Order: sequence, then structure tokens, then C-alpha cells
Amino acid sequence: MTAAPLTIAVTGLNATDNPGPGVGVIRALRAHPDFQGRIVGLAYDSLDPGIYAHDLVDDVFLMPYPSQGLAAFSTRLAEVHGRVPFDVVIPTLDAEIPTFIDLEPQLRTLGIGSFLPSQELFDLRSKAHLAHLGEIANINTPATRVIADPNDLRQLEGKLEYPFWVKGAYYGATEVHDVHEAIAAYHQMVAKWGVPVIAQAGVDGDEIDVVAVGDGEGGMVGAVPMRKRLLTDKGKGWAGIAIRDPEIEELSRRYFAATKWRGPCEIEMMRSQSGELHLLEINPRFPAWCYLSAGAGMNLPWAVAQLAAGRDVAPMHEYEVGKMFVRISLDQIVSLSDFESIAATGELHRCTPGDAS
Amino acid sequence: MTKPLYERPTLVRHQMGMMNKFGRAQAMQPLESIDGVSVDELVKTYGSPLFVFSEADLVARYRELHDLLALRYRKIRIAWSYKTNYLDAICKVFHREGAYAEVVSEFEYDKAMRMGIDPTHVHFNGPLKSEATLERVLPAGTVIHIDHFDEMAAAERVAERQGIRPKVAVRVNMAVESVPPWSRFGFNLESGQAMEAIRRLIAGDKLELAGVHCHLGTFITDPAAYKQAAAKLAHLANTLRSEHGVLLEFIDVGGGFASHNTLKAQYLPGEQATPSFSRYVEALTEGLSQLDCDPRDLPTLVLENGRALVDDAGYLVSTVVANKRLRDGRRGLVVDAGVNTLFTSFWYNHDVVSAQPFRGIPEPTVIYGPLCMNIDVVRDTLVFPAMSVGDRLVLKNVGAYNVTQWMQFITYRPAVVMVGRDGKHGLIRRREQLEDIVGPEEVPDWL
Amino acid sequence: MTIPQKLRDLAISETGFLFDPYTGSTFSANEPGLTVLEGLREGLGVADIATRLRESFDVPAAADVERDVGEFVHLLRRSGLVPEEFTA
Repeated sequence: MTAAPLTIAVTGLNATDNPGPGVGVIRALRAHPDFQGRIVGLAYDSLDPGIYAHDLVDDVFLMPYPSQGLAAFSTRLAEVHGRVPFDVVIPTLDAEIPTFIDLEPQLRTLGIGSFLPSQELFDLRSKAHLAHLGEIANINTPATRVIADPNDLRQLEGKLEYPFWVKGAYYGATEVHDVHEAIAAYHQMVAKWGVPVIAQAGVDGDEIDVVAVGDGEGGMVGAVPMRKRLLTDKGKGWAGIAIRDPEIEELSRRYFAATKWRGPCEIEMMRSQSGELHLLEINPRFPAWCYLSAGAGMNLPWAVAQLAAGRDVAPMHEYEVGKMFVRISLDQIVSLSDFESIAATGELHRCTPGDAS
Repeated sequence: MTKPLYERPTLVRHQMGMMNKFGRAQAMQPLESIDGVSVDELVKTYGSPLFVFSEADLVARYRELHDLLALRYRKIRIAWSYKTNYLDAICKVFHREGAYAEVVSEFEYDKAMRMGIDPTHVHFNGPLKSEATLERVLPAGTVIHIDHFDEMAAAERVAERQGIRPKVAVRVNMAVESVPPWSRFGFNLESGQAMEAIRRLIAGDKLELAGVHCHLGTFITDPAAYKQAAAKLAHLANTLRSEHGVLLEFIDVGGGFASHNTLKAQYLPGEQATPSFSRYVEALTEGLSQLDCDPRDLPTLVLENGRALVDDAGYLVSTVVANKRLRDGRRGLVVDAGVNTLFTSFWYNHDVVSAQPFRGIPEPTVIYGPLCMNIDVVRDTLVFPAMSVGDRLVLKNVGAYNVTQWMQFITYRPAVVMVGRDGKHGLIRRREQLEDIVGPEEVPDWL
Repeated sequence: MTIPQKLRDLAISETGFLFDPYTGSTFSANEPGLTVLEGLREGLGVADIATRLRESFDVPAAADVERDVGEFVHLLRRSGLVPEEFTA
């Protein structure tokens, strides 16, 4: 039996050299054998590359930035829904998650499903609360300080050893080696993502990232851990390999059991040279490399689309260890009229092959 | 057929990162009236610029906070923070609702007394309370919150001289996870300084320890910080009871709740980033659940809010004086209210809306005040619809700190009005005139 | 008055989307902006363009349409869509 086709809206089409996860999520959705709906792309800039991926996105709408406020955002979302009704939305950018959480009841009345954590949970996983999170889930975390004034960095001497990391409220992390670098990094983070800024002790070792989905009741729907094999000069993974390690799986389960996290997330951890796992960060959305989960046989974006539509998804355990992703850059050829359509009207529509309507 | 409405011909270049026609301006609704009174009528009656306060908003914010607290904790008190806005009419609205007064200077104390507030309904904070002030307020029964050892000694001298045993509180500071510590006020908890101060106070046996107080900071957008602070104060209260047999009358968690403003270094706008009162209250009362005492001995929970109660209820109406095109292509809008009037524009990206219907392509716009100074930027770049000279705009969430920190600089401070709940409106502070400013001046006779 | 070649070559769409084939820059113009561009391409002066705007739009009495056209031409110059020395 096949369920009715879903029209799925996905954000984060900024597939640049520091990519948003939208394109990965959409490719995973389309890769599922049961997929037969439409994909509505929600973009924030006329040049978000995913807009022009004609074989991935059927309809594209420009959205106001979340920083423009709830009214602007919800007005536009309702307008988009009026033009192309969609059943489910999968937001993929940190800065927009609070907005979608706020709008959840309103979306529900429009018949739009989503699968997100509560605002409390979202706050709990903020970098400022990492230590607390580690405590309740019984997971090691590196020493973390909240910085709201550059002078606080001077007072870290002796408390946090250099080099350490300066991290932004939403994104960004810079390794700093002395107080001057730390202050420079602080100002960069504030300019982009505002306060607070986090200073976090460095942990030497191998970074492991897990793409996972929590069912909201303490259970884990599925998880695929990945070890990065190639990094860009910005430290972004450009190639990675799916791994299996019972300890990592156990740590991920502990996280979901302790928090009752609902929705997708990326758990970043570090295995130190002495072998323990340290929790570095929880990203409250899919990572850009989430297509690997589909490629390895555990299609987590598809699972989230089903859960958001109110359908049951049984916990998933199997995936192919050793499956790799190796990213590629390619140049899409775009007609001026597509660009004009987005820039002048804020939307772009395509008829996909086999689309009967 | 009717012709389309004219707007100035304009052209916007598509730039990287700015190619999005769906900004805030498209969703902006003009604010043509405040609580049913037209902005136009208000300006015609009282002039421009003009501060407008909504009595309904003031009352609604207070009752929301009060009722949420009352649902979760049996003994509660809100002390209205005078420094955020001490105009009589504003204070009166809160006192009428049952608020105590929280003052931080003798001037504010005088203001509260002048309004007929019971001196025992005043919490007196701040690092400066002179011995002369203490001579006056302690016998009257006002509770002072002791900030440092020198003040404790002064209070003890006064108590001895007056032959009284005044009630006092001790202010403590502490570390919580997500807020940088404000260690300059009160006694530090983690280092043991706070316990030392309390032991000294008890040993001195001249002052009655009625409460402990902590004010974490300002514009705190993380409710979890209050849970931690309340839990730490609860543990302190438990220790005082078990080790010294002291039953506290109150635990004061200070203020610091954010209003719906947007700090300059904040990504999400205040309307989204600011937690609701219910989230703050839930956090506070969860922290207080650590209190270990007979329900009959529960200390009163005291809050000292100001900004979160008054900010959203204040509006500043301003009139467009000129339009100009800046060298970098942005539009400059000159209005008649500057940073001298709207002091908080140094901290916030204030929400600005048009006071009349508008149309056309909104453009990146900077709003300048009328001062002949480069710093006079009321609102840095925002995407804003076209405005004509004489049009009005309304800056929102300006109720806190402006009518206390505004500066009388090269002009008169504007009128402040209140709109009542049934369409009534009236002055609560008239526009200044020359005599208000030159009145205190003297010219020495040798000139 | 000569009409600059750049202005003739500017691609103008009825959506208000402009494409400058010389530089690759794109722009959005509002309806009155398009009216002015059309007028300039026909070689009209400021006064004639202002008249056309008054005919096509409901212009409030307080509006200074001539000044607005002048400012728009300034914008065109600054955007590199007409030469520096161009005046309408």
C-alpha cells in the first residue's frame, strides 16, 4: 500500500561552498522509492543555488529572512501555501528553527505538518547549555564559557587553555591561540550572529558527526554516524564515510532518552586520543551531508517527512557501513528568465516530467 | 478607470545577499491609531515628536505577569522598578494594580513618597545610600538591600542611634550558565562572601535579615538563568534556616526580563527571541521548588520588573522632515526625534512602522534625527517604504528608560501622553518650555 | 537630445526587471520608474516625462514630480545605466 503523495516544502537552498542542508534533504526525499509528490523550495536569496536545480525543486518561493520578524514570515508562508498547498515543511537552518517552532500551531491549522522540538528543547541544546546537557545525559562535554563582553575573554586566562574555540550563537567556530585572536573572533561572531558567543576548550582527536532523528518521546528513530575524510579550508566536510561503533550509538540514544528530542539533528562529538567521546554540539536540524543517510540505506529525511505528515515510522537500525559521500561542485546553466522570475516576482515554477496536473 | 497611485520612480540594484523582495516592509501594517485614538489626532493635539503610552498595555502586561506568578506560587510581590519610567502617571497605574516600589536613589524615594506610597512598600536598592538617607528611610520601615560592607556598617550605626532594628535584605551576585556575571553589585555567593556578610549581619545583631536579593543582569533572554538563580537563592535560604534559624520573609529575584525590543547584537527580532512571561515564571518557580520549609513559612517571591512591564506600552510618534539620497544609494529619512529623545536607539534596532498607508518598492533606509551630529541615527538601515515630508512614523517599544534617560540637548523634550482604556487621552508630561530649562540658572553678579 | 546607446540596449521587462548587458547587473524598477525609462528612451525631457507621469498616475498635490524625475536620472547615472554627463 502506498500512502498519498506528499507535497514537501524544504528550506536551506543555499548550496554554496558552505552549504545549507536543503539540497541534501531534497535529494534524499526524491531518492525514496515511494516519493511521488512535489517539492517546494523556500529560499532567502535570488541566487541561492538550489533554486536553479531544476530536477530537484518544482516550485520555489522567496521568503523574508527570519530576522524580519514573525509577521512577515507567517504572512509569506500562508501566501506560498495559497499558491502551492504543501503538506509538510522541513526547515533546515538553525536561525529559522525558532520561527518554525513558533508557527507550528498556525501551520497545523493550515494543514501543514512539521516535526520539530519545543522551544525549551531548542534552548537546551544551545551552546550555552552544553554542560547542563552533558550532565543530564551523562555525556562528557568540553569546558564551555558564555562570553557577552570581549573583556570576559581576558579573564579566561588560566581557566581555558589556548588554543580554544570561539563559537557563534548559531553558526561558526574559530580556533584561537591568544587573547587577540579570541577578541577578533568574538567581534566577527557578534557581527554575524549576535550574542552570546561561546568559548569552548579544544578536544584533540577525531570528530564524528551523527545525523539522527528523535521521536519526541525519548526514542531514536534512526542514526547514521559519519567520519569526515576530506575537509575544505573552512573545515567543512567534503567527503565522509559511514561508520558503526556501539559506543557512539549508545551515546546518541542517551541523548534522545535524556532530552526527548523531537525531529532531526546533527550530534557532533569528538573521540579524544585517550578514547572517550565528548559531546561538542547539537545542531537542531539535518546536516548538509544528510543525503549519505539515504545513500547508506537509512533515509532519515524521508522518515521526517512521514513523521511530519503524522504517519508512523518504525525505528530503523540498518545502514551500509563504509558508504561514502564525496561532494562535487558543478556549474548549473540558468536562463535569465528563471532569474528574472525569482528576482522580480519572488517565485519560480516548473512542470516536472510525469506531473499530471 | 482610476489611475494607479503615484509613488516616486525608483530603482533597486540586485546585490548579493540583498536579493529578496519579501522583507519586513511588505508585511508591515501601518499603525494609524493607538488603542482607538488616531495618531494624527494625537499629534494635532500635542505636537510632534510625541511619546504615547497605552494604559491598556501597561495593565495587561502587569496582570499577565502577576497572574502567572500567582498561579504557581502562593506569596508574590511585584515591585515596580522606578528607574525605567518614573513619571507619576505610569507609577500610578502600577501602584493601582498593587505594585510595590523599587527605588535606587533618594530622588526616586522622594517621588514614591510624594505619591503617597507606604514606606514599608518600598525596596531600596543601589550602591549609594548615604547615611543621611538611611537615617530617613530605615525608621520609616523601608527595606534596604545592602550592597556592600560599608553600607552594612552605616545601617548598623543608624539602627543604634535611632534605637531601632530595621528590616534589611542582602544583595548577592552569582554565576549562572548563560549570563555573564554582574559581580559589582552585592556580595558574591560562590566565593562565600555572601555567607560571610550574612554571618556578620547576624552576629552584629542590629539589623533584621528579612530577605536575600539577586539581580542577574539586564535583557536576559534565557529563562533557564532564572531557574538557576532561584535555586541558588533557595539553597541559601535553606542554609540560613538550618544553620542560623533565620526564616526569610522574602526572596527577591530582581528584574532583567527582556521586552520585545531587539538588541543591536541580536539576530532574531525581539518579537521572537523574547521569552514569554510564562516561561520566565515557570523557570523561577521551578528553581524555588528547591525551598525546603513548611508551606506556612514560605518566603514571599519578589520581582523587580520595569522594562518588561513598560517598554511594550510606549510609542514615539515622529514626523518626516526630509528625504535624501545618500552617496551609497541608501535613502536617508530625517525625522524630528533624535537620539537625545530616543536614548534607547543606542541599544536597540527599534521596530519602526508607518503611521499612514503606504505603497511602492521599500528601500534600504536610514532614519536620522534632527541633531546636527553624526551620531544622531535613530534607526540604522532597514527596508522601509517611501515616505513624504509631513508623514508620520511610529517607533515601538520605547516605554522603558527613554523618559528617564532622555537628554535636554539643544531643544525641548517632547510631551508625553497616555491613552486611556475608553478612548480618553491626556498629558502625563507636557512639552518643556524655556522657563523649565532656564529656571534653575543663575548669572553671578560680577558678569 | 541624443539617447545614450546604453539606455537603448538596456533590457527592460514589464515586471520591472532590468538587465544591463554591458555589465551583467540587474535591477528592479517600480511602475513610475519604468514610465521614466520609457520616456528617456523616446528622448523626452524632464518636463514631458513629468507630464506623462501626471497623466498615468494619481499624483498627490504635494508631490514634486520634476524633482523626482531628476533624482531618478541621478540614480541611473549612479547605477551606470546612463553616462555621467547625461542629463534629461
